[in-house]
Amino acid sequence: MEKLLNQELQNQIGEFLSHMDKAITFVLFTKETGCETCQTTKMLLEEISLLNDKMTFVEKDLNRDKEEAKKYGITLAPSFVILDNQGVYQGVKFNGIPAGHEINSFLSAIIDMSGVDFGFDKEVVERVKKIDKPVNIKVFVTLSCPHCPGAVSNAHRLAMLNSNIESEMVEAQTFPELSKKYKVSGVPKIVINEKHELLGNQPIEEYLNTLERL
Amino acid sequence: MFTFNVEKTKETSAFTNDVLWDLLIVGGGPAGLNAGLYGKRKGLSVGIITEEIGGQLHNTSDVDNYLGFKKIEGKDLSNEFLYHINSLYVPIIKNVRVKSINYINPDFMINLSDGKTLKSKTVLMATGGSPRKLAIPGEKEYSNKGVSYCTTCDAPFFKDKHIIVAGGGNSAAEAVLDLVPWANRISVVHRSKWRADQIILDKFNNIENLEIHLNTQILEVLGNEQMTGVKVLDKITNEERIIHADGLFVEIGTIPNSYLVKDLVKTNEIGEIIVDDSQMTSLPGLFAAGDVTQQQDKQIIISAAEGAKAALAVTKYLNKYYKGE
Repeated sequence: MEKLLNQELQNQIGEFLSHMDKAITFVLFTKETGCETCQTTKMLLEEISLLNDKMTFVEKDLNRDKEEAKKYGITLAPSFVILDNQGVYQGVKFNGIPAGHEINSFLSAIIDMSGVDFGFDKEVVERVKKIDKPVNIKVFVTLSCPHCPGAVSNAHRLAMLNSNIESEMVEAQTFPELSKKYKVSGVPKIVINEKHELLGNQPIEEYLNTLERL
Repeated sequence: MFTFNVEKTKETSAFTNDVLWDLLIVGGGPAGLNAGLYGKRKGLSVGIITEEIGGQLHNTSDVDNYLGFKKIEGKDLSNEFLYHINSLYVPIIKNVRVKSINYINPDFMINLSDGKTLKSKTVLMATGGSPRKLAIPGEKEYSNKGVSYCTTCDAPFFKDKHIIVAGGGNSAAEAVLDLVPWANRISVVHRSKWRADQIILDKFNNIENLEIHLNTQILEVLGNEQMTGVKVLDKITNEERIIHADGLFVEIGTIPNSYLVKDLVKTNEIGEIIVDDSQMTSLPGLFAAGDVTQQQDKQIIISAAEGAKAALAVTKYLNKYYKGE
């Protein structure tokens, strides 16, 4: 079967992922019927995980592995989480395939979760750690949106820094009902705790300003 | 089949805040990237700070007027630029916003949104432009509820819908072409005549369900929860009417992103930074290139060329005029 990533892409991504520090695990939830992109997402995660031995790929079935799905709050397919080297869920989730421009937020999340310092200033890290209320951040994206990966990466980094924060990318076209529910007709659209909305790519400071007001 | 637009670099690694840089470039579009290339080749310690690599290259699908590339997607040209400067290991700090630039004679302090402060002998503003808004009633209210400023991002939400494209330049004409695979009807509304290149307009001949309303001004965006149409004025007959539509893509040019230095340098009446022949602003050591300057023709190749000129001028400035150290 033809690979999703050609040799040039494999080389490029492999080189980037050579900077990984610790091991990570992808846990992907698929389902057998009614999921157009499940198989392609599985291929992507499999192919990526072969590029560096610090990555482990695990596939689960959304309908059969209900307990696991519940553990990560997963209700959609394809949907996957990235676990740290201890196998702990740090609140980093992707709903839908991170292809197109979104491959960049996926690669960032791998590197970040592996423990490479993402370069935030100490003061910013302190502010993130002080958030003491449960936060859910949904970042709606399209795969043709160049401004979206930045918004997703920032949200994921917030989640990695604070266990009260969960962050999920939502690929808008894969989940049209969800997009309709949240009235998404432009991306990136960021929805925080179901009601606060930010439009466009936001720097970490804008996220923090909103989170601190919750 | 899916495609993958990998633009990962080994950014940030060489980005330390405790050094005095020769040149820090704000902006990662064609001007900023080319300045990085030229600056590095001259031996400068040079770094690029940008929210996104490629800048406005991402706002269009096809580029067919950059010498050497008969036709290339905007994002691919951006990647070509990036690979080129990556081969020289120009450090790039991405996904941060510059909060402020202060001049502390003879150096510059750049404060970033992630809390870092960087110090440099010279700064190049290559910050480009942001989409110009129509500034009419209803536009803000229906922003992201039908009104969009990014065709490539938001076109998928308008499958089989009627879309209005506002504007008459190349970006509006390109937006029409980008929307053809999605929309079932496209209406172009422009307040005067076409300014787009004829070679792009020629491609309109085969598009079905395309309506062109020239000399027509959009007065208001109408809607309920979502946008439902626009009120327009026909400037020939002086009559107002309503065009019902699901979306409005605004492609009427850009406004310069010069706010960071508006108190430091001279700008013209529309906020563009005024530069001399060597891309230097009214403040020695602060340079500007690309769409943020008063240069009239906003073209990729012109921005890239200005970036090169600026980096070469920075080298001369540092050798001859820099007063520090």
